[in-house]
Amino acid sequence: MSRLWRASPLTYLALVAAAGMSIFPIWWMFVVASRSSDAMGQLPPPITPGGNLGANISRLFDNTDAYFLTGLINSTIVAGTVTVSVVFFASLAGFAFAKLRFRGRNALLLVVIATMMVPTQLGVIPLYMLMTRLNWNDRLPAVIVPALVTGFGVFMMRQYAGQAVSDELIEAARMDGCGTARTFLHVVLPALRPAAAVLGLLTFMTTWNDFLWPYAVLNDPANPTVQLSLRALSDGYYQDMSQVFTGTAIATLPLLLVFVLFGRQIIGGIMEGAVKA
Amino acid sequence: MTVQLDARPPVAPAPGSHRQSSGRLSRLDTRLSPYLYIAPFFLLFAVFGAYPLVYTFWVSLHDWDLLGTDHPFVGAENYTQLLADVDFWHAVVNTLGIFVISTVPQLLAALWLANLLNRGLRARTGWRMAVLVPNVTSTAAVAIVFGVLFGREFGMINWLLDLVGLDPIAWKSDRVASWVAISAMVDWRWTGYNALILLAAMQAIPRDLYEAAAIDGANRVRQFWSITVPLLKPTIIFCVIVATIGGLQLFTEPRLFHSGTNPIRGGPLRESQTVTMYMFENAFAPHYNFGYGSAVAWLLFALIAIVAAVNVLVLRRLGGGPGTKKGAAR
Repeated sequence: MSRLWRASPLTYLALVAAAGMSIFPIWWMFVVASRSSDAMGQLPPPITPGGNLGANISRLFDNTDAYFLTGLINSTIVAGTVTVSVVFFASLAGFAFAKLRFRGRNALLLVVIATMMVPTQLGVIPLYMLMTRLNWNDRLPAVIVPALVTGFGVFMMRQYAGQAVSDELIEAARMDGCGTARTFLHVVLPALRPAAAVLGLLTFMTTWNDFLWPYAVLNDPANPTVQLSLRALSDGYYQDMSQVFTGTAIATLPLLLVFVLFGRQIIGGIMEGAVKA
Repeated sequence: MTVQLDARPPVAPAPGSHRQSSGRLSRLDTRLSPYLYIAPFFLLFAVFGAYPLVYTFWVSLHDWDLLGTDHPFVGAENYTQLLADVDFWHAVVNTLGIFVISTVPQLLAALWLANLLNRGLRARTGWRMAVLVPNVTSTAAVAIVFGVLFGREFGMINWLLDLVGLDPIAWKSDRVASWVAISAMVDWRWTGYNALILLAAMQAIPRDLYEAAAIDGANRVRQFWSITVPLLKPTIIFCVIVATIGGLQLFTEPRLFHSGTNPIRGGPLRESQTVTMYMFENAFAPHYNFGYGSAVAWLLFALIAIVAAVNVLVLRRLGGGPGTKKGAAR
């Protein structure tokens, strides 16, 4: 490796600064969550954790405006269901696009790619009207069903299936008498596992974070997702900041856990996607 | 963004590999399965993605609200009203202001960060994770945290300004200041993500290009602007388009940056109300005016298309003719 590519101490210094700026707001969120509410008015602001986390958590769950526990459960149901569905349907369609021959394949694939560029968020008004007609307003299917498939997922799995599933493997399965469905379930799906994991993680995080659409369609304060519970806490008439921050910390924690455990795969997924896209 | 379509012939079932009795069934399987497998995506997208978007336009041509029993066709009336709507244009200016203030520094910082990460680092994955972690946090949570960081009296930012002898800034009630605060939030979340995308593209640049340039006497800065940046152009354009689509629809950050009464307005005097927030305010609580809200949605759609097109044209022009150096690299 030539000298050009060696990292100088200055490089590390700059990276430490960048990493510090990235991490500090998250760190500070946990600091405030673990202190009593008067930490907010202190200057200089405290930057080390206190011992109040337990008390804040119990006050948060007792808060009758935020329905925080319901929010957590709802978000787990929504994000879990959406993740399983997106991964399954994306693998299925990705496999078809990468490995099966059919009329209109390339044209339909271009449609899939085009859907990634369409700001579907701008369709929330008819979507809301549709949910009213289906009688899904204020209910979880309203936020689950529209998210069950993504063009991004199909495209990602198609790209991965193209390289990870060899034609010989499929051929061998056919020789053994497998139909297309069994080939998919027993041969293709296992081979897609690494990409499916990344897609699952990204989908879970996106769905967990979703705000605009749940905010539009789940108007019953007693049946929120966790992000809507945060909104209720934040907009509350009397703001107890340590309690609000306990909420934001708990809402962020599952995402951070996923990231700490699978960060390498997520980074790999983002970077590989970038090269191929 | 280029997409490589697989030109290789896909697997066809080998003739004679099946028993006679299952032959017809198998042929049916091969013909129909592909459509069956892609159907869930297309059906669900048609119902919950494409149809609402198109139907938005239909709704926008009507006087249509939640409670009204009939909704008469009014043609372009919503649009003419909207084009004369001061609050709408106010929101457009806010959105564009936040977009420019956030995107330009974000991409420059991402380029710089990618350049740093593209060196022989110890603990490579650790650094990458550290810059990406903002992207995986909850947007709503971050908006609330930043709302406090930028608080007027006890906010940490104003405290820091005070330390260096500057006057506190009214981050929530001054229009441009609120744009800056919201941009800071957006940049905090997306800079690291874009840096990784750019890093991936940087790693695909052949090293011998740099070695040749070094032999010709080009220093590192020169190499960065004359080799790295031009070769990254397709990726930069990709990042700009993604930032345009996302940035012009900005909602969660400005919405939760404000609390108190009517936060959907983005502050008492609509200091940082974005177009999506304005659409929301009209289409849902308190007004539930679907027709007018839909017109906002379509004008926003047009705005996104125009800004994306302008960005691409401008970026194509910058830094030499498109594709000349790209051809040499591949």
